[in-house]
Amino acid sequence: MKLTAKTAKHNKLILVLLIFLCIVWSIPTVGMLVTSFRDKDAVSSSGWWQAYKTPSAFTLANYDEVLGGQHFTVGTASGSTESRRGVSMASAFISSITVTVPAVIIPILVAAAAAYAFAWMSFWGRKLFFATVIALLVVPLQIALIPILRDYQSIGLNGTYLGIWFAHSGFGLSLAIYILFNYISTIPRSILESAFIDGANHFTVFSRLILPLSIPALASFAIFQFIWVWNDLLVALVFLSGSGQKMDVVTVRLMNMAGTRGTEWHLLTAGAFISMILPLIVFLSLQKYFVRGLLAGSVKG
Amino acid sequence: MKRRSKGLVVALILLLTIPAVWATGTKEAAATESNVIKVFGNFRGEEAARFDEVVKIFNEKTGYNVVYEGSPEFETQILIQAEAGTPPDIAALPQPGLMKNFAEKGYLKPLAQSVLDGINSNYAPVWRELGSYDGTTYGVFHRVSAKSYVWYPKKAFEAKGYKVPTTWDELKALEQQIIADGGTPWSIGFEAGNATGWVGTDWIEDLMLRTAGPEVYDKWVNHEIPFDDPAVQKAFSYFGEIIQDPKEVYGGATNILTTSYGDAIKPLFENPPAAYLHRQANFITTFMPEDIQANLADEVGVFALPAIDEQWGVPMLGAGDQYVAFSDKPGVMEFLQFLTTWESCVPLAKAGGALFPHLDQNLADYGNPIEQQMAKMLMEAKVFRFDGSDLMPAEVGAGSFWTGMVDYVSGRDVKTVLSTIEQSWPQ
Amino acid sequence: MLKHTFSDNPKGKVAFYLPFTIVVMVGGFLLLLNNQMSQLPSAVFAIVWGTSSVVLLFYTLNLIAQLFPTKAYNKIIPYVFVGPAMLILLWYLILPTFRSLYLSFFNRNSTAFVGLDNYKFIFTDPNMRTAFRNTLFWLLFGTGLSVFFGLTSALLAERTKIEKLGKTLIFIPMAVSMVGAGVIWKFMYAYKPAGANQTGLLNALMVAFGADPSNWLGTEPTNTIFLIIIFVWIQTGFALVVLAAALKGVPNDILEAGRIDGASEMRILFSIILPSITGSIVTVSTTIMIAALKSFDIVYSMTNGLYGTEVLASQQYKQMFKFLNYGRGSAIAIIILIAVSPVIAYNLKEFGKREVF
Repeated sequence: MKLTAKTAKHNKLILVLLIFLCIVWSIPTVGMLVTSFRDKDAVSSSGWWQAYKTPSAFTLANYDEVLGGQHFTVGTASGSTESRRGVSMASAFISSITVTVPAVIIPILVAAAAAYAFAWMSFWGRKLFFATVIALLVVPLQIALIPILRDYQSIGLNGTYLGIWFAHSGFGLSLAIYILFNYISTIPRSILESAFIDGANHFTVFSRLILPLSIPALASFAIFQFIWVWNDLLVALVFLSGSGQKMDVVTVRLMNMAGTRGTEWHLLTAGAFISMILPLIVFLSLQKYFVRGLLAGSVKG
Repeated sequence: MKRRSKGLVVALILLLTIPAVWATGTKEAAATESNVIKVFGNFRGEEAARFDEVVKIFNEKTGYNVVYEGSPEFETQILIQAEAGTPPDIAALPQPGLMKNFAEKGYLKPLAQSVLDGINSNYAPVWRELGSYDGTTYGVFHRVSAKSYVWYPKKAFEAKGYKVPTTWDELKALEQQIIADGGTPWSIGFEAGNATGWVGTDWIEDLMLRTAGPEVYDKWVNHEIPFDDPAVQKAFSYFGEIIQDPKEVYGGATNILTTSYGDAIKPLFENPPAAYLHRQANFITTFMPEDIQANLADEVGVFALPAIDEQWGVPMLGAGDQYVAFSDKPGVMEFLQFLTTWESCVPLAKAGGALFPHLDQNLADYGNPIEQQMAKMLMEAKVFRFDGSDLMPAEVGAGSFWTGMVDYVSGRDVKTVLSTIEQSWPQ
Repeated sequence: MLKHTFSDNPKGKVAFYLPFTIVVMVGGFLLLLNNQMSQLPSAVFAIVWGTSSVVLLFYTLNLIAQLFPTKAYNKIIPYVFVGPAMLILLWYLILPTFRSLYLSFFNRNSTAFVGLDNYKFIFTDPNMRTAFRNTLFWLLFGTGLSVFFGLTSALLAERTKIEKLGKTLIFIPMAVSMVGAGVIWKFMYAYKPAGANQTGLLNALMVAFGADPSNWLGTEPTNTIFLIIIFVWIQTGFALVVLAAALKGVPNDILEAGRIDGASEMRILFSIILPSITGSIVTVSTTIMIAALKSFDIVYSMTNGLYGTEVLASQQYKQMFKFLNYGRGSAIAIIILIAVSPVIAYNLKEFGKREVF
């Protein structure tokens, strides 16, 4: 390249700008991280950036309570007080994984198939159906909770993992179709044409061509759906409650740890950090599939 | 054929996994399901752990399997569940309005005679009324909170030579004395996330009881007098005297709005105290700094917000969850009956942070002298009234009344605030 | 049109796969319905069952369609692919939407027909007026800023050596739950009176620079912007991931050609890069716009709509679940749905341009 001096300067500027953005975006998270290591009274009396002034207020107790169960003082029948430990995060983690993974995988294939049909097949109702899919993006799932719960009750799906997988699949499906459609519709026509000329049927094209070619889009949608389901509170509460604390997911358990009035901030920060780890691992491990990532095909020309 | 072999592999895997998984799973069979009684409420964390001890006594005595579950979105969830036909067996409803709504729709089971007997013999009549709709009683109260308390930092307060006021005038004089000494009398905090403003409604309710009396209070709550009635304006003016004077309240109006209600107690324990008085319910002890909580009796003092008009004594404002039955499964009424006994309260009283309306309570069972003192004040109050905002329709009690308090503290004039609330009252 | 030459008769396959698919789907469903497995085995089972049922379903339906002549096959097959998704959507969202539409003409507990009263409320109530105004702000600034910062960071990251780290840092807020985000931002915006020790970072900075602390979330109308910042902080990660991937798809040779021609970086950006990722930008904008329209939790948990911060979604949630007014709650949901119709129309226009077989 000719303009090396200029590009070097450019590159430096770009790097500085990016670092600046990253810092701005990270400040709140850093604040949360610092707070999660401070004790309760320190958290409410001084800002997290002043934490270095009171080193004695640093503690691992928040993580201990979140991971190993909170320390409670309870009264007993005999009229004495005892300490107890609350439920730990471990079982909630397993529950969250149980809820999340199938709720990510089940809708993806169904959505990919529909996206393929929308993108490459002509049929009566194509436009109407597609308009419906987009319109449904905006329908708040809250309006569906009562009728769906009623249906679940009559077929016995209430309080089962199966029920919540279907619910998350149903609520996430329209976005899945929309996003996958945008990718699948940009797969070059010539690739599909040659397959059809070779006598392939639609199922073969879908499973041998569309799915492998869409892996970046599937991976990107997977990560977003993973995060949404993982961080969901309301759907989990509505469809998994009534089973004691056995099936609590991470968000529910965290909110319960926050206490009735939700003011145990020091625990919330530690808990929020712990619950963030798995989505981040999923992000980092799927990142390599984004090389030609989501919608990369939507290049015209 | 390649594809067929693939299909067979899938089939094989499935045929192998089904029985394998089946075998590992069946251990957790549903044998215990039949006598499970589900209790659902909004209290969680430590409060739930404490309630579990109450449940344990019952389960050991009767062989039933009562299970308590708390939810951070209790109100949303109980509605959805009731509407969808999947309610718990028992729910602990924080608002009488919620009970009335469910009772009206026929979701609730009337209490059995055994429970009613327990209520009649062990509660003041006001509690039965609060649990009734249209002449039928549905709800049992258990743990309650009382709100008309004023807290002070005992050591600093006494060091300054301040005296606990017993009349409203003495309270006003105390405020002036604190100001003259260069201090600030009150610390108030309204902020509560999606419930910001409720602290203010408690203040107004307390003042309504003290200036207008319980009968007018009841009319106000039931909308038999309009929300902008002169009686309400009068109560607001007493509150205005405090919050509109920057000398009276720590940090002034903006600080009232931005301070979380749990943090508002903290200025009392700074050195020197940034404020000396804080009006809040009994549960506020759990928000005090750890070292204060460890020495509650030495560090903290409490008195009832004094009377303004002596004819009603010192009225007490309170609130509490009422337990209602959605099912008539065996054991449900037994459990509700159990809640009317003092035995079911002892573990909670011991652990602290809870008061009870039970007439046969033994003050010695409370965990510390402060709570004994509060329980005594609650039992001795001639007039007890339930938190009015919980009795009003939610549009007002959890809506425009809260926002109205925020507007009032922000500086909007009383008349506008009150007429806005009045207009929001659903027909 | 397409010609399908079916080499082998699919009848035999159908005879095997149809019952097999039914057994797998129904059997697995009943097994899971019993819910007697412990967590992890049932999750593993569900993944195997869910994936194989879906694959088998499409495979078998395709086989059945192949029993028909080619012309009929081409007519039937689209519904095979689109059918399962549409049926699921019908159950989970379409029917509930119609139910809401119906309820929106009834009173608070759906016992009496009230005509258009709920809609009249929506367009006359002063709170709702604020909500409309703020929702517009959310749509404009929430979407605009998220896409802008997402695109900027994607463009920047691509040109540095710390690409992965940078992307991860900006993506992290997406992974933070709303519960966590609420706490974090309380520590950003917290207000203490002048003179007291500030626990909010923004006000600590104000004081450090000699200014008075400000009640960020309590001062109209800027407080809506401060709430939108939280939304942007979260959504930028989404825009970044999608747009960064799209940028990777811009053919390198075109860029090189532009550079050799001596075009400035800005010119390359505007005349080569941006036009070639328009499709992605539209998708991202639509998705974020809809998220902004639906987002009630930030407002609900930070201010509860006080100080003039109400939005349509938070009003909808409150009317439905706090005030127990199904009529009004449903009506607001319907209004939101109608409000999004220009976005639907635009997407449909683009959709109509696609070529199909």
